[in-house]
Amino acid sequence: MSTLIEPTALTNPVERVLRNDRIPTIWCPGCGIGTTVNSFAYALMASGADLKKTAIVSGIGCSGRVSGYVQLDSFHTTHGRAIPFATGLKLANPELTVVVYSGDGDLTSIGGNHLIHAARRNMDLLVVCVNNMIYAMTGGQAAATTPGAATSTTTPYGSFEPELNIPQLVDAAGACYVARWTAFHVKQLEKSMTEALKKKGFRFIEVLSPCPTLYGRRNGYADGLAQMKEYKELAKVKNGAPTYEVAITTGKPIIVGKFVDRDRPDYLTLMRSQLGAHYHEIAEAGVGCGDDSEGKEGCCSC
Amino acid sequence: MHAEKESVLTGIHFINGDTACCEGLLAAGAKFAAGYPITPSTEVVERFAQRAPTVGGLFIQMEDELAASITLQGMVWAGQKSFTVTSGPGYSLMMEHIGYAAMTETPCVFVDVQRGGPSTGLPTLPAQGDMMQARFGSHGDYSTISLVPNSPQECFDLSVTAMNLAEKFRVPVMFMMDECVGHMTEKVVIPPAEEIEVQPRRRTSKPPDEYLAYEVGEDLVPEMAHAGEGYGLYITGLTHDKKGYPLMNPKQQRELIPRLFEKISRAADELTIVEADGVEGADVVVVSYGITSRVAMRAVHLAREKGLKVGSLRLICVWPFPEKLIRQLAPKVKALIMPELNMGQVVIELERCSGGKTNVVSLPHPGGTVHDPLVILEAIERGAQ
Amino acid sequence: MARGSVAVTTERCKGCGFCVEFCPTHVLALSSAFNRKGYHPPHMIEPDKCSGCNLCGMYCPDFAIFGFKTAETKPAAIPAATEAPAPSEAMEAKEV
Ligand SMILES: Cc1ncc(C[n+]2csc(CCOP(=O)(O)OP(=O)(O)O)c2C)c(N)n1
Ligand code: SF4
Ligand code: SF4
Ligand code: SF4
Ligand SMILES: [Mg+2]
Repeated sequence: MSTLIEPTALTNPVERVLRNDRIPTIWCPGCGIGTTVNSFAYALMASGADLKKTAIVSGIGCSGRVSGYVQLDSFHTTHGRAIPFATGLKLANPELTVVVYSGDGDLTSIGGNHLIHAARRNMDLLVVCVNNMIYAMTGGQAAATTPGAATSTTTPYGSFEPELNIPQLVDAAGACYVARWTAFHVKQLEKSMTEALKKKGFRFIEVLSPCPTLYGRRNGYADGLAQMKEYKELAKVKNGAPTYEVAITTGKPIIVGKFVDRDRPDYLTLMRSQLGAHYHEIAEAGVGCGDDSEGKEGCCSC
Repeated sequence: MHAEKESVLTGIHFINGDTACCEGLLAAGAKFAAGYPITPSTEVVERFAQRAPTVGGLFIQMEDELAASITLQGMVWAGQKSFTVTSGPGYSLMMEHIGYAAMTETPCVFVDVQRGGPSTGLPTLPAQGDMMQARFGSHGDYSTISLVPNSPQECFDLSVTAMNLAEKFRVPVMFMMDECVGHMTEKVVIPPAEEIEVQPRRRTSKPPDEYLAYEVGEDLVPEMAHAGEGYGLYITGLTHDKKGYPLMNPKQQRELIPRLFEKISRAADELTIVEADGVEGADVVVVSYGITSRVAMRAVHLAREKGLKVGSLRLICVWPFPEKLIRQLAPKVKALIMPELNMGQVVIELERCSGGKTNVVSLPHPGGTVHDPLVILEAIERGAQ
Repeated sequence: MARGSVAVTTERCKGCGFCVEFCPTHVLALSSAFNRKGYHPPHMIEPDKCSGCNLCGMYCPDFAIFGFKTAETKPAAIPAATEAPAPSEAMEAKEV
């Protein structure tokens, strides 16, 4: 019998940004979500972000639990609505760095509309989408990202709808940073997250991640490791690939990399520059109330 | 604390209820709001979109009401006062986030300018069909506050109160207008800022290492910290412990949910906000709220002209329902008459609280217009016999 | 002489094998011993080959292992010792 290595006097560097009293996590053995959190933790530390002024917002799902394991201001909101909540945080306190961390179902199906419009507005948010190609938390039902060839509990005969190419969607909607990695690409993901944390505007990173319990087991993967090995085998780095070419097709290479990195003014920047020009007009017009009765009885025309 | 001078449009105005409501929320300290247009509430957000930048705030038109109703909560957790405005169809979409606000104790105001329903119903015509939705609309069990104005002046005054109560009790407050009140134009007097009482955010004075987000004192209302202040908040819609951490078991549910009720039920007297007219010694009392109260008043005057002893009790705060008051009143009168622009919603509560001690008469109306005062008069006459 | 080593919080390990598989120099193997939850945490079978690169730490979804460089790691520079934190008392039912 071999002996276990005992905990040493050292601490894992990621603990500096984790809520250690919440560990162990709820995640299954071999789930990739925690792996993506390592990359995120190192990226947070590397980006130089003021952690006291950084908020993390999640929707509902296994991936949505990330917000609760990171020692930031954590908001676990409702299913699909992390982005609008994050939008409110950012608008009301522009000093905050706001990260949305959630699942594929949460961000692209029930929350798909918010994703499109936050990208269009170029809201200053970093959105990390953990794509395990399934609705995991509810027990393995089909998601918009489930490959046609795969089965799920609600598509026992396979799915009859093509899967969503998420990078293409957010690119088309106007995101200024779009990347895809997998849980296997821990270093690239960290670098990408660091870079994205430092950038302004709507930034989106998709991370493919194994869900051995509810996707893998059903679809021929012995465990999370088997899915990780497949990522390693199938992934092809193609930075700058046109996003219409990066759809995930079963058995074909998984295109990863940084696809989009563009600059355009974010929502608040545009607002400030446009309001700047009009602000005095608004103020001088007596805020829309043409009341000239100066408090005396009578009607104003507002 | 009183209102900020630059937010208050002191003066005498001739404005509609929607506009007055917007001015009230501004006076109460709201500088940030999110919304999605829907008749008959659009004037509120149009006004706010124009006004917000002049007070250093902003309005964002979101992609739908699901978004608007949670964007505003992000604004609140970032340290601002905020609200959203809608009407029936949008109000239905907002329900999940009313529950989220109740569960996370996020102070905010939801304005519903009621129109005829169900579904798209009567977009431009009045109704009061969302009153039960205001109380019970989101899933699960929670308690909240609903205020109902009956004039543009009250749209101003009472929306200040709505925001104040939201901050005081850390609940979402429902501001239940209707199309008539929203579009009615009347004289509105906006007092000087120093005369407007404003409830500031109940912020913690504790340092982060001593702070527990859901620790409560005497009045059962926790103190708030905001994102970006170094508190490492953990806010969730899951059943949670004092730290805010998810703790999903029957014991914690029992600790949390009854408190959400009790923090409001304890303040029942403060939240009994009514306008009573000739209720003492009356044989019959007409109980009403919102636009219907103005029609009811006409019927009450007609009845009095006929020599009947009739009173009017206008519910300004409908939820929590003024239970104690009704329990005291019921045995003293021959009838309680309740006209509403719905098929009989709040009357269910009136009947419950009357406990069989008087004759409770429901005067339902599907909406689209208001009651004919003569119908109310007739009910008064029958009730007085 | 090894340039690095690893630290394992055995009770956090869920035995997924990521660290073993993706260690570039094949330093680790899952041990035959069990932790309290019944998983087999990793141990070093080729300690001399460890570079302290911390890839194992990057992969570990349960924050149970990390690598560090021994040459540079003077005790004074090491963050204060922490006990493996007790699992939260939360009864973690999953919401659906
Ligand atoms: C409004 C609403 N609808 C449905 C659910 C149930 N639900 C919880 S998580 C989830 C799916 C989550 O999928 P995804 O976002 O991909 O996260 P994962 O669990 O896969 O990480 C669903 C449908 C819910 N909580 N709220
Ligand atoms: S069900 Fe899947 S996604 Fe959820 S924790 Fe388990 S492995 Fe991860
Ligand atoms: S630190 Fe690097 S070399 Fe050492 S065990 Fe971990 S992965 Fe292998
Ligand atoms: S990666 Fe972590 S959880 Fe998985 S076997 Fe290694 S130490 Fe255990
Ligand atoms: Mg998923």
